[in-house]
Amino acid sequence: MEKNKQHLKNKLGLLGWLGGGRYGMERYAYALHRLTGLGLLTYFILHIFVTGTRIAGPQAWQQTMQSFSTPWFKFGEFLIFVCFAYHGLNGLRLGITELGLMLGKPARPIYPYRSSVLRQRPFFVVVMILVAAMIVIGGTDFYLLNR
Amino acid sequence: MSQTSGPSEVVFDVLRYNPEKDAKPYRQEFTVAVTKGMTVLDGLVWIKENLDPTLSWRSSCRMGVCGSCGMFINGLPRLACANQVAHLHSDRVVIKPLPNFDIIKDLVPDLEAFFTRHRTVKPYLIRRAVEEQNQPTSEYFQSPQELVQYIQFAYCIKCGLCLSACPTVATDDRYLGPQALAQAWRYSADARDEGGKDREQEVYSSHGVFRCHFAGACSEVCPKGVDPAFAIQLLKQDLFKRKLSGCKEQHGSPVTAPITEAKENPKIPKAPAPTLTK
Repeated sequence: MEKNKQHLKNKLGLLGWLGGGRYGMERYAYALHRLTGLGLLTYFILHIFVTGTRIAGPQAWQQTMQSFSTPWFKFGEFLIFVCFAYHGLNGLRLGITELGLMLGKPARPIYPYRSSVLRQRPFFVVVMILVAAMIVIGGTDFYLLNR
Repeated sequence: MSQTSGPSEVVFDVLRYNPEKDAKPYRQEFTVAVTKGMTVLDGLVWIKENLDPTLSWRSSCRMGVCGSCGMFINGLPRLACANQVAHLHSDRVVIKPLPNFDIIKDLVPDLEAFFTRHRTVKPYLIRRAVEEQNQPTSEYFQSPQELVQYIQFAYCIKCGLCLSACPTVATDDRYLGPQALAQAWRYSADARDEGGKDREQEVYSSHGVFRCHFAGACSEVCPKGVDPAFAIQLLKQDLFKRKLSGCKEQHGSPVTAPITEAKENPKIPKAPAPTLTK
């Protein structure tokens, strides 16, 4: 339609997808969930290429493994673990809420409104504490126990 | 000045855009003297009456019912009529048109695509017995408990705030969005409805409920407590339940017995005689 051609596009795009703005913590959790998901996907693709070097024989495999034995690579591995801990546990939370659990029941809206997002927030906080605990335990294992 | 009374003067920082004159939007500032109880909409009206008559927005009821005056105010989508300037706790009110909607002019968003999505989910009661629906002999039965299952979602005023807050809408043009999906659940959860199957194709498509990852921003900004994020999770739950139970046919509530006789209540005064005759 000719009329619509004059309308200015106002889609937020990636900024709206990743930016939490002044919204609640679940919105930040959403952005982080997607970022960690992309991180894990990238890792899995790279992992296939790296393990694929084994086809070229044990020497090539040893050489590849040696090139990865740097502190930066170890930190990268730790980041993958952080992504896994967050994405896994937050994914469980999302799976549970998608089944309608932890959200309360429909009711007549009475001001001040209390949405399902607020009703599941204690559960969200518990999951985030579990994520933090997993990261601390993982970090201890990465940097203190397996030096 | 105390926090509750707010500043006596605020700057309205408004995004302006006139498609006939401007190549791109620009910001314009107006200084407004704040009076007690002044809403953002009141401020805009004052600007239009006293400073710039070309300033455009959409509004009607001024009481948070019509859903026309949705705007992006100080970083959140809100109704301009339902937010007092003093309650923003800032001497600067930054107003932009609702994000994720095309801009027609200044603060006027294009809601055409929004209403198209709304219609897509068939937001009305669907019954297999069409004849009874078109020529009703009586009412459909509904208990108060059944009413509570959907009444919250029926409060939607179609203001579009939820879509402008949704991060998935920001990137996916074809996503139905929280408003339409909440309305799909409003009718599917209605005990009188038999149209769950008719809405399935759209609601459970690749741009339907499973594009929602419970960011919760839609429910946070909803001015009527509709809680679209909740409705979307209930749609997912419903699909899961129906798959478990083997997709049984949905049966709407029965039609109540027709009223054959009615006695007049003497305590109720009689209606006056009609003033117009055929």
